[in-house]
Amino acid sequence: MSRKAVPAGPATTAGRAENPAARILIGRHRLRWWEVLPWLAAGAFYFVFRDYLGFGTSLMITILFALSLDLALGYAGIVTLGHAAFFGAGAYTVGLLAFHNIWTEPITSLMLAALAAAVVGFVSGLVLLRTQGLTLLMLTLCTMALLQESANMAHDYTGGFDGLPSLDIAPVFGRFEFNPLYPDTQYLYTLAILFACFVFVRTLVYSPFGQSLTGIRENPLRMHAIGAPVRRRLVVCYTISAALAGIAGGLWAQTNAYVNLSALDLDRAATVLIILILGGYGRLYGAFVGAVTYMTLEHFLARIYPTAWQLGLGLLLVAVALYAQNGILGLSDVLWRRYRARRATP
Amino acid sequence: MNVAIDFASILLGGLAAGTVLFIVSVGLSVTMGLMGFVNLAHGAFAMFGGYIIVLAMNRAHFSFPVALALGFLGTAALSVILEQSLYRRLYRAGELDQVLLTIGLIFIFMAALTILVGPQSQPLQLPPELGGQINLGFMQYRTYSIFLICVGALIVIAIWLAFERTRIGAQIRATVDNRRMAESLGVNVDRLFTITFAFGSGMAALGGGLGAEFLGLDPQYALKYLVYFLIAVSVGGLGSVVGVYYASLLLGTLDFVLKLYLPKGGTIFIYVVTILVLLWRPQGLFGRKSA
Amino acid sequence: MSKPVMAAIAALTISGGAAFAPAALAQEVKVGVILPYTGIGAEFARQMDRGMELYLKLNPDQVKPYTITFIKRDSKAPSGAEAKIAIQELLTQDKVDALAGWVYSPDAIASAPLVTAGKKLAVIMNAGTAFITNLAPDYVRTSFTMWHAGYALGVAAAKTLHAKTAVVAYSDFPPGKDSLEAFKAGFEANGGKVIDAIPAGGGGAVPDFTPFFQRAKDEKPDVLFVFVPAGDHAVAVAKTYNALGMRAAGIKLIGPGDITQDIKLQDMGDAAIGLITMHHYNADLDNPENKRFVAAWKKNYGADSTPDFTAIGAYDGMAAIVHAVQATKGKMDGDAAVKSLLGWKFDSPQGPIVIDPETRDIVMNEYLAEVVKGPDGKLHQKVIGQIDHVKDECKAQAIGPCAPKK
Repeated sequence: MSRKAVPAGPATTAGRAENPAARILIGRHRLRWWEVLPWLAAGAFYFVFRDYLGFGTSLMITILFALSLDLALGYAGIVTLGHAAFFGAGAYTVGLLAFHNIWTEPITSLMLAALAAAVVGFVSGLVLLRTQGLTLLMLTLCTMALLQESANMAHDYTGGFDGLPSLDIAPVFGRFEFNPLYPDTQYLYTLAILFACFVFVRTLVYSPFGQSLTGIRENPLRMHAIGAPVRRRLVVCYTISAALAGIAGGLWAQTNAYVNLSALDLDRAATVLIILILGGYGRLYGAFVGAVTYMTLEHFLARIYPTAWQLGLGLLLVAVALYAQNGILGLSDVLWRRYRARRATP
Repeated sequence: MNVAIDFASILLGGLAAGTVLFIVSVGLSVTMGLMGFVNLAHGAFAMFGGYIIVLAMNRAHFSFPVALALGFLGTAALSVILEQSLYRRLYRAGELDQVLLTIGLIFIFMAALTILVGPQSQPLQLPPELGGQINLGFMQYRTYSIFLICVGALIVIAIWLAFERTRIGAQIRATVDNRRMAESLGVNVDRLFTITFAFGSGMAALGGGLGAEFLGLDPQYALKYLVYFLIAVSVGGLGSVVGVYYASLLLGTLDFVLKLYLPKGGTIFIYVVTILVLLWRPQGLFGRKSA
Repeated sequence: MSKPVMAAIAALTISGGAAFAPAALAQEVKVGVILPYTGIGAEFARQMDRGMELYLKLNPDQVKPYTITFIKRDSKAPSGAEAKIAIQELLTQDKVDALAGWVYSPDAIASAPLVTAGKKLAVIMNAGTAFITNLAPDYVRTSFTMWHAGYALGVAAAKTLHAKTAVVAYSDFPPGKDSLEAFKAGFEANGGKVIDAIPAGGGGAVPDFTPFFQRAKDEKPDVLFVFVPAGDHAVAVAKTYNALGMRAAGIKLIGPGDITQDIKLQDMGDAAIGLITMHHYNADLDNPENKRFVAAWKKNYGADSTPDFTAIGAYDGMAAIVHAVQATKGKMDGDAAVKSLLGWKFDSPQGPIVIDPETRDIVMNEYLAEVVKGPDGKLHQKVIGQIDHVKDECKAQAIGPCAPKK
């Protein structure tokens, strides 16, 4: 997990103007012009690709899921292969409430999903975050597998592999209904939730809390030494990340009107990890780039060549691993810097 | 007498299941311990080797031992090519880039086998002397299970001797302990890794072929059983051959007993046991602290 | 005949031709196919692809004057979500006239609201959870439910095999549980007793069956009823049964035909001899329609390949779609297409089948078969009993979720 550390010189008021590192630090939370682009693109998608809204919805849910993982993996350095545990916790919260006709209002359901996932994240985080590396990876994986197996054993309530069918989700704001055939509402609703969550995550990572997480990732010993409560910060971060993953899971259940054991599957956890690494972790937009690249490629390769589309995807992953450091965004950084350097030296 | 027979059949069943796990996982443990390389494609090598073994028997009609040798050599050769061309470039990269590379390789293996051989599973046709039951004097038992247990024991003894008694073994142990120190003492770590990598992949191939009787063999193999291999490695402790052996046998036997007496619990036990072991000893049962 | 008359006829023909031009365009019928072309179901998908294709090849006269085009989509992992996106695009982008496929029940269950909204005939060619057809009015099933074979075998085990006690070992996912329920219902209604039910691993990875079968062996039942998904699981079952010497201990291994799927039968080797299964199809069925089907299959896909029950579900499903195309004159309006199939009868290679007008589910014969070694040295399935006109008992008796929705 080696990343270039930004030289963190003392940013005194006097030194601001001269010290370039300080300037970067001060300015890095500011909005840049291109940060509007993803949202413009998502809006344009709605009008241009009317026939692909189902795909678009699932794409945005994956982005949100990857974003939640970025918070844990990219910012706090928690290497986990069990993030679908929280996705599933959220999905089953929404699913069970709707299936038994207890609560079907979508937005409050999502809040409950986030809460349930946060509880799972908090409890497992307290126990598991003492470890790291392969051990942590295996512990998170086994916890998720344990949840999935429990959901299978509670077949009478969860429907097991066959899942909870035909969930009845109430209209958004009591007005906009989910139509399975033309998922306009699903798309806009998911877009709005994704936007809200993104704003939250962006604010969080540039806050002092977020900075201390990066510090912990880069050097936990030093953070201990300066008196930061390392374990507690990690658990809090893991819990928030879990809550966001829970929202993604809840959205998935709502827009599909269906939940089954696949919500808790290793497949899901591994795929989101791949997507995040592919896009670039620890940089907010990696989730966007990774999910769009991976899912678009998967979707269209599978249409052209339904039996062996994995070949193309595999080649892409190998190529990115070999030629890019920290995913596609890392690669574009390198190219951009080279281009600038070439222009600077005449 | 009946109790003794029950006990023996449980032990043998568990040991056989554990042995398959061990043969596939041992290479993964050594390469991960040695270079810290997260090689998730290890299961893909097992699958590839298994295919060579089964196809050599079913289509080219080689005998079982010859097919096993072919599988070992073919997979070892392929792994050297991949190690030189791909893996080598990522030794110093972060573990997440290694994950990306090796998952990509799994996808490529899966798709390639689907295209070349087809999506159907490949049956292992055992030679008749290994099918059926064998008389152990006091009871009958599945011949193939006994055969596997013996093969596993031979392999672990051979590897242990190679580790403890040969120069290269000493170099591997030194590198697992402290890579920088080993390098500065003149150990050619790169070459060492190529050798162990090839050997580990060859072992995986044997595991793929020998285990096909229990686990089957199809293009999904590389992903389907990856978790079990990782569990064996992490419980045993990275880089410890004997550790993986004991961990595999322990997990195999425990899983067997619990399934026999509490089948309603499903696969839950293996996960619970893994979580408890890793919380108790994060470095695995036989791993070193610093790992 | 005078020139003017000739000219008039010519004009009529031409204008007639012109008038029929739109109709000529409508002769293409698009069928959206949703199958798992990758993952553990990929082999099923290939069998079913071939089943559909072979129906069209063998019966060109039935299809005329229409042409059927397939638009194939991978349903990927059985999460429901992937299949739904594919179906939504098939309906709204490709504007297909009918949907077909579904290997996994979760995909069919999740798709139900979409199929209802899409108002197109949707033929389920494999997925076997019993209550699926209740979920959408456009679902018609040509495959089976777990109850068809399970219940029939329960009856036959008690009556034909004269078993008193049984142990059930099943893969711990819905088809396994369904099979257990079905077998138990049929067996215990006829005086048998299920003394233990052992969940034997999941439906994905193949477990080591030794501990489960060891347990069954210790309980000394007359029969061991096993449900596992067709494929590698079934091969492992036969091998473990044999290796534990259970036949010598006097325990018969029985199960639905999933455990003797034709494409896996030869892989099981001699271990499979003596297995007794109940199913609606095996490639050895002795009737002219099946002979023609199997011969054509081997000619098209290789002498080593063989059709099996997944292929027959697709073959019959294709026949159903073609019937609906003819009945609606190629219009394929959803309601009319479904209506044309209610009570539809067909001479399938598996024997006569009917679509139950009440449930839109298949009614068919079930065959009790024993695995024997033929003179050619290969394994074959010999029919030793037959039950005609078997309905899905789950819906017939309105058990659990099979009861019609309120």
